[in-house]
Amino acid sequence: MAMLLDIVSWVLLSAGGAFVLIGGIGALRMPNLYTRMHAASVTDTMGAVLVLAGVMVQAGLSLATIKLVAILLFLLITSPTSSYALASAALLAGIRPDAGRAADNTTTEGEDE
Amino acid sequence: MTVLFGVFLLTLAVITALAVVHTRNLVVAVMLLGIFSLLLAINFFLSDAADVALTEAAVGAGISTVLFLGALAFTSDREHRRSGRRWLSLLVVVSTTMVLIYATFDKPRFGDPEAPVLKHIGPWYLEETPKYIDIPNVVTAVLGSYRGYDTLGEVFVVFTAGIGVLFLFSSGGPRSRSNRRQEAPGNQVGLGDEQLLVVVGRLLVPFILLFGLYVQFHGEYGPGGGFQAGALIAAALILYTLVEGQQRALEALSKRALRWLMVGGALLYGAVGLAGMLMGSNFLDYSVLADDPVVGQKLGIILIEAGVGMTVCGVLLTIFHAFVSRGRIR
Repeated sequence: MAMLLDIVSWVLLSAGGAFVLIGGIGALRMPNLYTRMHAASVTDTMGAVLVLAGVMVQAGLSLATIKLVAILLFLLITSPTSSYALASAALLAGIRPDAGRAADNTTTEGEDE
Repeated sequence: MTVLFGVFLLTLAVITALAVVHTRNLVVAVMLLGIFSLLLAINFFLSDAADVALTEAAVGAGISTVLFLGALAFTSDREHRRSGRRWLSLLVVVSTTMVLIYATFDKPRFGDPEAPVLKHIGPWYLEETPKYIDIPNVVTAVLGSYRGYDTLGEVFVVFTAGIGVLFLFSSGGPRSRSNRRQEAPGNQVGLGDEQLLVVVGRLLVPFILLFGLYVQFHGEYGPGGGFQAGALIAAALILYTLVEGQQRALEALSKRALRWLMVGGALLYGAVGLAGMLMGSNFLDYSVLADDPVVGQKLGIILIEAGVGMTVCGVLLTIFHAFVSRGRIR
């Protein structure tokens, strides 16, 4: 049983680590701010959730798990909010969402090509 | 493994520090300083110094970032390119570094069990604290009671910083006063129409406040205490100011009340010390505050931690409001 729990948490932690790595590579390699944010959001959603879930499996039914759940809830509320604040501030600063030739640069009006 | 992780984090911290020096964009520098503080906080935590880590994370990464950004609102966010005569500063920095590195040769190796601090004073604190003070968190006992003078000094340093900022901001002369009046309608702080941020901010404020109070009153049992709690409560109230606007925040806790908080905390700390003297013992000796010396120690620590929390919270909020009232933060 303990062995099984170890395997489950190992899989969760590795998957979480992989997502964090992917997010990191994406944040480095993506061409502009919005796509970089998109890549980085992988770390605070899948990465954080999986890592915390893996740690929760290790902690078992204890006070630590309750604290981890609280951390998870806070992360799930605050990280999308901060992403929103960042994107909103970038838009206010005049950075247009422009992924190459994608058609989403109509969201800001009054700016010339 | 821990050592490896620590070395990795310290390397990252050095890289971040170099980046702070290198960058000309001051907003970027402020953000990098926040990252630097977080790295240091993790490092403190790795060294089992949870109390210090909590302080570093709350003050270094949290509040000082806000205060730096507030200060940047007065100036340009670009650093001036200084030319010439930097050799002298380089010389001073290099020689200071040399002296510091030379000084480390005399220090015991990291984690050395033969280090003097682990031979004499450390074990004494660990062994005698249950007898004299009887609280689980020895760090709080050291900070509040054994080294009460040092903590009193720290509180006065924080208090002086608050007074200094108030002095700087109130001594602008008539010219700046007229400027302030002109700017008054414009400097509306608050998120205004950012509905999502307002909703989430309102959701978070009570929890941060609750956590701050927990850290304040749980400091005897777990990591925490007045400094951390003051910073956390100040952070919650700064968030409240951002969400609801400065008007509402000042209605809840006026500048006058903040000044009283700032002065009252330092006074409370000093008064506890004097009370010990009046009751026939030394300054900052809490044993005489109650019939049972252990109860007296606990009472004294709770009171001085409350004083520390009040002063830290009052000073941080006073500085924040001073920036906001004068700044062009939109």
